[in-house]
Amino acid sequence: MFIRRTLPLLVSAIFGVALIFQFFIPHPASKSFYNMMLDWLIIVSAFTYLIAVQSTVELHITKIKRKVEGWQYSIIVLVSLFVTALLGIFGGAFMPTTLWMKIFHNVKPTDTTPLMYTYLYMQMPMQSTIFSLLAFYMASAAFRSFRARSFDATLLLITAGIVTIGRVPLGEFIYKGLPDVVEWILKYPNMAAQRGILIGVQLGIIATSIKIILGIERKYLGGGK
Amino acid sequence: MRFINFINKLDKRWIYLVLALCIIIPFLFPIGFPMKTTAPVKSIYDFIEDSIPEGGVVLIGADYDPSTMAELHPMAKVIATHALSNNLRVLFVTLYPQGAGMAQDVIENVLREWNNSNPDNQKELGKDITLLAYVPGVSAVVLKMGEDIIETFNEDGYGNKLSDLEVMKEIKNYNDIDLMVELAGSAVVLTWLIYANGRYGLNVGIGTTAVSAAEYYSYLQSKQAIGMLGGLKGAAEYENLLSKKGVYWGRKDATVGMDAQSSAHIFFIILIVLGNIAYFVSKKQKGGR
Repeated sequence: MFIRRTLPLLVSAIFGVALIFQFFIPHPASKSFYNMMLDWLIIVSAFTYLIAVQSTVELHITKIKRKVEGWQYSIIVLVSLFVTALLGIFGGAFMPTTLWMKIFHNVKPTDTTPLMYTYLYMQMPMQSTIFSLLAFYMASAAFRSFRARSFDATLLLITAGIVTIGRVPLGEFIYKGLPDVVEWILKYPNMAAQRGILIGVQLGIIATSIKIILGIERKYLGGGK
Repeated sequence: MRFINFINKLDKRWIYLVLALCIIIPFLFPIGFPMKTTAPVKSIYDFIEDSIPEGGVVLIGADYDPSTMAELHPMAKVIATHALSNNLRVLFVTLYPQGAGMAQDVIENVLREWNNSNPDNQKELGKDITLLAYVPGVSAVVLKMGEDIIETFNEDGYGNKLSDLEVMKEIKNYNDIDLMVELAGSAVVLTWLIYANGRYGLNVGIGTTAVSAAEYYSYLQSKQAIGMLGGLKGAAEYENLLSKKGVYWGRKDATVGMDAQSSAHIFFIILIVLGNIAYFVSKKQKGGR
């Protein structure tokens, strides 16, 4: 109980309050404490990748064991994960490692690494293709769903129409002042709404942070209430 | 009436086909519509052109992946080339693992194109440009850079010690960086605005996707961001400005893409109009229900 609940609450409270005070104390000791905290944060962030890998591996091994629908894809995920990691570790990220050049004598330091090769010629085309499919879904949705059913929807439709045409050179070709109209929409009505949302979000973040420091908000600890 | 029935029953595969043609044909037969330069784009260009002395440093944040590279990759290329053309040093940084590959691709392309077209003013990796190693931690990394950049990364992305690199000469923290341009289609932009600009006063410019651009107008108005390249059009406008200056950096990816985007946008509008005509006629036939 102490390790799982009380200790994390104490750590959050102490370090939360300490970092707030640190901000207002321009002393070298305070600065060095701040730098140490940043280093710790970077180290902890690096460990989150291990948790992500463990979680991915566990999930897909369970899928394979239980032979759930599409379990074969889990094999591809795991093989890709380990092959990519091994290529990066032994082959280097952007420059071939000495080990890699020793194993493959014809590899030069200026050559593309195997990791970069998989990135450029596998991941890049695959990810771009998947994302570009969005244009086709958007076209279909624009045709079937974007209807002037109410006043709000009509307003949205007209504004979206103006911005869509005004954001491309053809719109400027049709009417020279269209880019200025678009800039006006973005600079005034859009900005007013965005700023309201932003202020709301930031107030929410401040409130949640204070609740976490004071131990009122405990959901991040997991395990329900 | 037959037309309305046709519209209502139109198979979406026809829409896909026409959209594909709208995108492919302009790539084969470019039209090249003229473009007006918007103020947020011009201010980033002017800042690099007029406010940074020779030898100054431009930090480019490559926090995007292949899914948004169509819009953001041309921005990275054109800003890096602009900085090199003014004899500025360029540092790439990424807070996102996939961004390292993007940055490496830009550096390789920009250096190749630059050195091929400028034999008298060759640029070198490590001397004029480099990629800082990926370090996890996002906001912690941005804050730590404000204290000590070399201590944050230790090495560049190629495994060289930063303290040995000429490109890092006299660079300690954000006080030695003249401009940071963050290229991202996500909220990472806010991390730079809030921490690097808000806490350390770093000049931040934004390069983002067209859909995200609307979110950052508040920061332009408050002068927290010095300028913004919004979507492919922002990149194309910047390409035009750099072309006028007489700088060459290879294929104008954004300008070429603008014709395709123009025709696709017009097709979208036609689809929306047709869809609405069909909707209102059908509604009228059903007695307004």
